[in-house]
Amino acid sequence: MKNRFLEVSRDAESKQEERFDIWLSGKGIPFADPDAEAAYRERVTLLQDAIQLRRRPSRIPICPSAGFFPVQYAGITLYEAMYDYEALKRACEKYHEDFSPDAHNSPVNIVPGKVMDILDLRLFKWPGHGVSKDGEYQFVEKEYMKAEEYQDLIDDPTGFFLNAYFPRIFGSLEPFSAFPLLPPVHEMPLIPAALMPFGSKAMQSALQALGQAGEEALRWRAVAGEINGRIMGKGYPAFSGGFSKAPFDVIGDSLRGTKGIMLDMFRHPHELKEACGRLTPSMVKCGVAGCRATGHIMPFIPLHKGADGFMSQEQFATFYWPSLRKLIIGLINEGLVPLLFAEGGYNDRLEVIADIPKGKAVWWFDRTDMKKAKDTVGRVACLAGNVPLDLLCTGTPGEVETYCRKLIDDAGRDGGFILSSGAGIQGSKPANVKAMIDFSKQYGVYG
Amino acid sequence: MTESLIRALVEMQEDEALRETRQLLDEDTDPLSIIDACSRAMEAVGKRFETGEYFLPHLMMAGEMLRQISEIIKPKMRGDKVRKGRGRVLMGTVKGDIHDIGKNMVTFLLQTNGFEVLDIGIDQSPEKFVEAIRNFKPQVVGMSGLLTLAFDSMRDTVQAIQEAGLRDKVRIMIGGGQVSEKVKAYTGADAYGPDAVAGIRLAKQWVGGD
Repeated sequence: MKNRFLEVSRDAESKQEERFDIWLSGKGIPFADPDAEAAYRERVTLLQDAIQLRRRPSRIPICPSAGFFPVQYAGITLYEAMYDYEALKRACEKYHEDFSPDAHNSPVNIVPGKVMDILDLRLFKWPGHGVSKDGEYQFVEKEYMKAEEYQDLIDDPTGFFLNAYFPRIFGSLEPFSAFPLLPPVHEMPLIPAALMPFGSKAMQSALQALGQAGEEALRWRAVAGEINGRIMGKGYPAFSGGFSKAPFDVIGDSLRGTKGIMLDMFRHPHELKEACGRLTPSMVKCGVAGCRATGHIMPFIPLHKGADGFMSQEQFATFYWPSLRKLIIGLINEGLVPLLFAEGGYNDRLEVIADIPKGKAVWWFDRTDMKKAKDTVGRVACLAGNVPLDLLCTGTPGEVETYCRKLIDDAGRDGGFILSSGAGIQGSKPANVKAMIDFSKQYGVYG
Repeated sequence: MTESLIRALVEMQEDEALRETRQLLDEDTDPLSIIDACSRAMEAVGKRFETGEYFLPHLMMAGEMLRQISEIIKPKMRGDKVRKGRGRVLMGTVKGDIHDIGKNMVTFLLQTNGFEVLDIGIDQSPEKFVEAIRNFKPQVVGMSGLLTLAFDSMRDTVQAIQEAGLRDKVRIMIGGGQVSEKVKAYTGADAYGPDAVAGIRLAKQWVGGD
């Protein structure tokens, strides 16, 4: 147990095989016809071969990050997609029908607006709620946790989230500051005291809001499930099926903010490191739970604050990488394949992040030199990336093809590569997206 | 006299830098010479950033130390003349985008480099930029944006500045997120800066004063 996040366990290999078998089986997917089922299997096999690095796939799988592009392409606003589930359904299907990428991006990132309304979420602004209806939802950076509160977080992360964090980010859950913490109810005389907070009108309306938001989330989940079923049923496997984050990013993005965590590296280094370690098991569980629910093998892990420029090499090795590596090993030991999406540049980090077991993760890059990546991380992990967004948004199909050709020459040799975009492709010209997918499908065939 | 303060600032020793500042004031040091020391320290920090020794957290920390030092010396500054600015820069995040960390960092560095900066905030329409150019009369306009939707907002803003007849009065620099040379060409801006210090270099080049 002591090394559960440090060393690869003996059964990691067999667990991974089991998970791949489940994913490949497509069990429960309502396939349209046998051809669709065969296409699904063929695409999962392309991805499995690329990931495991044991043999070259028959061609390079093409899996861009759809982002909000399907919504724009369907001619609707993100507001409509977040509030009108039928509109969302049409948008997702149209994108796959017209572009035929090798994997499906489940619409989980197009969240139900009504749920956020009910909870009075303060962590984001979204269309019709702080930004215009044709805008994108955006994060509101703040110090949601003060530097003095590190010890509270370390002592009891669940308690801190329940009593301090939720009341700050959800207006409707302010009464949760009085939510009794476990475990108090182990002696009969303690039960009445533990129940008193639930007697207040304020707490009751908070719980009611939670119930309503939960019902709405289920309605949305049913629609998302239908969308996923229909698209996968046409032969497109999902690209990922769970979610987790680097512990440093949990603290930097959600709790302390960019400025806060950057100063903490100087002012509170020990607390910061301890808190990262404390959050690691929760982040492993988070990724496992998501993949278990979807039957998928890849939890999506967007990486934010470890990018080039955001910290020195020494800071990366001290603060960012140790707990991220533990998360990676923890997920691998569950048979999962972490899909690590390194936003920004990772050119300075390539040597450090190559310290992972072979054939068990995907490193997805944005503004990273893919040739350098292939010679370093590419020896141990499948690479994905990195058609840049500036090119997709402002370039021409010819320029996109030229880029993809070089990308495949640099990063695609001998397999171990998934061609993708450097970030969510919202704002891209449809002709450029088409050029990226169609050209790469042909040029990416291994002879 | 101010050598230890400079060393503390450059080496990111916050407690020591603040202690040195208080001690200098106790010894009746001219607050202006403390400000000069801060500028010299920031120059050294900027150099370390450019050579790849320091990164964004170090700039943040330097900014935080300077903020506190300026609060400490403020009461002693009454009556002192503020130095004349090296030039005026208008800063803002373009329409539809609410991100501000990059913009704030450039604003801070411009100020420590002696520029007079008007920061009009986030999600600013082309009209707001034009209005601010008319009133503030900057030599340089800095536009920031993290999202891809900022590309069009930047292009619209440059166009609005053109239509208002102000294009030849200002140099325009852009930065943030996925912005690149390619986006510079798309928007019609004069230059793109890959990081905060690059923005300062551009402003200095254009306004001169070095």
